[in-house]
Amino acid sequence: MKERVALDVSHLPLHATGTASPTWWGTCAFMLIEASGFSLAIAVYFYLMSLAPIWPIDVPPPDLRAGTVLTALLVASVVPNMLVSRWARQRNMWRVRVGLVVMSVTGIVPLVFRAYEFPALHVLWDDNAYGSITWTILGLHTTHILTDLVDTLVLTCLMFSRHGDNARRYGDVEDNCLYWNFVVITWLPIYACLYWVPRL
Amino acid sequence: MVEQRLSVIADTDLDRAGLERELEKTWGAQPGFWGMIATVDHKVIARRYIVTAFVFLILGGLLALAMRLQLAQPEARFINPDRYNQIFTMHGSNMMFLFAVPVMEAMAVYLVPLMVGTRNIAFPRLNAFSYWVFLAGGILLWLAFLLDAAPDVGWFAYVPLAGPEYGAGKRADIWAQMITFTELSALAIAVEIVVTVFTQRAPGMSLDRIPLLVWAMLVMAFLVIMAMPAIMFASSTLIMDRLVGTQFYNPAEGGDALLWQHVFWFFGHPEVYIIFLPAVGMVSTILPTFVQRPVFGYLPLVMALIATGILSFGLWVHHMFVVGLPRLGESFFTASSMAIAVPAGIQIFCWLATLWAGRPVFKVPMLFIIGFIITFVIGGLTGVMVASVPFDTQVHDTYFVVAHFHYVLIGGAVYPLLAAIYYWFPKMTGRMMSEILGRWAFWLIFIGFHLTFFPMHILGLQGMPRRIYTYQPELPWGGLNLFVSLSSVMLAAGFLVFFIDAVRSCVHGPKAGENPWNAPTLEWATSSPPPSYNFRSIPVVEDRNPLWSRPGELTVAAGLRTDRRELLVTSVVEALPHARESSAPQSVWPFWAAIATSIMLIWSMFSAWAVVWGSMPIAIALIGWFWPKGAPEEES
Repeated sequence: MKERVALDVSHLPLHATGTASPTWWGTCAFMLIEASGFSLAIAVYFYLMSLAPIWPIDVPPPDLRAGTVLTALLVASVVPNMLVSRWARQRNMWRVRVGLVVMSVTGIVPLVFRAYEFPALHVLWDDNAYGSITWTILGLHTTHILTDLVDTLVLTCLMFSRHGDNARRYGDVEDNCLYWNFVVITWLPIYACLYWVPRL
Repeated sequence: MVEQRLSVIADTDLDRAGLERELEKTWGAQPGFWGMIATVDHKVIARRYIVTAFVFLILGGLLALAMRLQLAQPEARFINPDRYNQIFTMHGSNMMFLFAVPVMEAMAVYLVPLMVGTRNIAFPRLNAFSYWVFLAGGILLWLAFLLDAAPDVGWFAYVPLAGPEYGAGKRADIWAQMITFTELSALAIAVEIVVTVFTQRAPGMSLDRIPLLVWAMLVMAFLVIMAMPAIMFASSTLIMDRLVGTQFYNPAEGGDALLWQHVFWFFGHPEVYIIFLPAVGMVSTILPTFVQRPVFGYLPLVMALIATGILSFGLWVHHMFVVGLPRLGESFFTASSMAIAVPAGIQIFCWLATLWAGRPVFKVPMLFIIGFIITFVIGGLTGVMVASVPFDTQVHDTYFVVAHFHYVLIGGAVYPLLAAIYYWFPKMTGRMMSEILGRWAFWLIFIGFHLTFFPMHILGLQGMPRRIYTYQPELPWGGLNLFVSLSSVMLAAGFLVFFIDAVRSCVHGPKAGENPWNAPTLEWATSSPPPSYNFRSIPVVEDRNPLWSRPGELTVAAGLRTDRRELLVTSVVEALPHARESSAPQSVWPFWAAIATSIMLIWSMFSAWAVVWGSMPIAIALIGWFWPKGAPEEES
C-alpha cells in the first residue's frame, strides 16, 4: 500500500505527562476497579444490616477514638501529598525527595492506629456476619494503605537513585499522590459507615 | 534527565527496507525459550490466549459429550453421580471463565491495537502477566479434575452447598480460586483495553470514527471493571467462610445465603454481556465487509452497545425470581430484563438494513453471521419469555433454561466468534481458511446446534430438571434425550471440521494478502501476519472507513524514532497527537510475578497466612518489573 505522509510528529515530546499519560489513565482504571470493590463491600454491609434485628449484632458500636484519629491523620496527609504532587509537576528533585520521605512516614503512622481499630470493633471476624463484614472492609482498606506505602517507599528509593531525575519518575510520583488521595477519599464513606451508621 | 543518546534514529532518515529492518530490531522478540517467556507483543500473547481458550473449549466440549452419553438413555451408568456433578460444574465454569470471557478478551488484545492503528497494547507487560495468570488458573481447575477433586457445586456455586457446612474438602475452594485467577487476568486486560482506546488511537480517529468492534470492546472492558470486583468479593468471602470461619453466608450468625446469589449475579448477568458485546462488535465489523457498504446506523449501534452495558447491571435479580423476593422488586427486574431487548433489537434492525442495502457475499464468516442472527433472535425471544415471573417460575432450573442460555451463548457469542476466526485468520496467520471445509463446519454446527438444543426447550416444558445425572424410564424424556445426544455428535463433528480446517490452513492454506476481503478498517493496512511493530508508519485517519475512502493509499505520520519502542499518544475525544510515548520492552518479570501470584493464591486455599507471606515474593517481582533498567524507552 502506498504511504502518504500527512503528519510530522518529530517535534512531539518523548513522554506524555499529566492526563495525557497512559499511566494516569491506568491508575484511574485501577481506582475504578477498587472503588467498585469498596462500593460493593459497603452495599453488603447495608444489606446485612437490613437483615439484622439489631445492628451491630450483639455488641456496642465501635469505639471512636482510633478510627477518628486515623481519619484526621488521613485527611491531614492530603496537604503534604498535594505538595509533593505539585513539586513533582515542577520537577523539583530536592523537595520531591523530602516530600516522599514525609509521605512514607505519613503512610506508616495510620497503620499504627489501624492496629487499634480492629479491637475497637468489639467483635471478631468469625463471631457473626457483622464481625465478618467490618473486618473485611477494614482489611480491604488496610491493604490499600499498605500497597500505597510500599509504592511510596520504592519510589522514595528510586528518587534517591540515579534513575530519579526523569520526567517519567516525576509522573510516577504524581500518580502515586493521586492514588493516595484515592485511599483517603474512599476511607471517608467507610469511616461514616463503620463508626456512625451503627450509632444512628 | 536521562542522557539523550547520540544515535537517535528517526523513521524519516530511512528508506522503506531500512525502516523495516530497524523497527524489527527494536520491536522483534528475542530468540529462544526466555525470549518466548519474556515477549510482550500483543499479537503473540493474544494468539496464545486464543489457542489456550480453544483448548479449553475442546475440553469443555468433551465434558458435554460425556454428559450427553450419560443422558442418552434412562438409568445409564456411564458416569457416577459424584463425577457427573463435577462434570457439569467443570463444563459451565470452564466454558464461562476459561473459554468465553478469555477468548473474547484475547480477540480484543489482538485486534484493538491493530484497529486503532498503534504498535502495541497499553501496558504490554501487564498483558503478559495476565496470560500467565489465566493459564495457571486453567491448569489449577483441570488438575483438580484429573485428581477427582474438581468442584461439584455448579458453575454459580450457591451456598450453603458450596459453604463450609456442605462443601467438604477443597472442591469449592478450587472453584473460587480459579475465579480469582481468571478475574485477575480479565481485569488486567480490561485496563489495557480502556487505556489503549483512550490514549493510543491513530491521529484523527476521533470518537465517532472508532471501529464498532473497538467500541464494543471498550464497553466490555468497562463492564469487566465494574462487574468483576463483585465476583472477586464473592469468591474471596466464600473462601474466608470456608477457611477462617467468617459468617457471610451463614444465616445462623447474621449472614445470608441469598447474599451469595445477589453478589454472584450482580457479576453474573453483566458477564453474559461481557461475552455478548464483543460478539455483536464482531458482527457489526464483519457484516459491512461482506455487503461492501458502510454499516447502517453507526451512532445507534454505538448507543445500543452503551445502553446494553448500562442496563446489564439492572437485571441480576431475574436469576432469582423463585427465591421469594418482594413482588415489586420482581416487577422492576422483569421490566428491565425486557428493556434490554430494545438495544438488542436496534442492533438487529441496523444489521438487517445493512444487509438490505448492500450486496451480500455469502462467504463462511457471513454464513456464521446469518446463523447468529437467526439463533440469537430465538434465544432472545425465550429470554423475554423467562423475564416474566410466572413463566420463569414454571421453567426455572429446567432444560428450558439450559436451551435458552445455550441459544444466547452459542448463538449469540460462539457463532460470531467463529465468523471472526474465519474473518481474521488470514490476518493472524497470513493464510486463508478453507471455504469448503468452512461451509461444512457451518452447516454441521448450525444444524447440529438446533437439533441438539431446540428439543431441550420441550424437555424443559415437560419438566426435566437440569443437573440430574439420570432419569427413570417411566418419565417421558427418553426419546428426546436420545435425539439430543445423537444431534450433539453432529454438533461436535462440526467443531471437529472447524479445528481440522484451522490447523490445516495454518500450514497449507493459500497465502492471504494484506486485505483479502477488501475490508475498510486499519488492521488490513499492514501485512498478514503483521510485523512485530504492526505498522511501518502510524496511520492517520480521516474518516470511519479509511481503506475504502482512499483505496491503495494510506495517510501516515512520520517522525517517530526507531531506536526505541515508540508509539503515538493522542487525546481522548479527537485523537490529536500529544506525545511520542515509549512502549515497555520485553521482560521476564511479569512471568515471575504471575508465578508468585499463583503460589500465593493456591497456598491461600489452605492457610490464611499465605496472604501475608505469599505477598512478599509478589512485591519483589513487581519491584523487579518496574525498576528502571536504563533502556532507551526510559528517556523522556
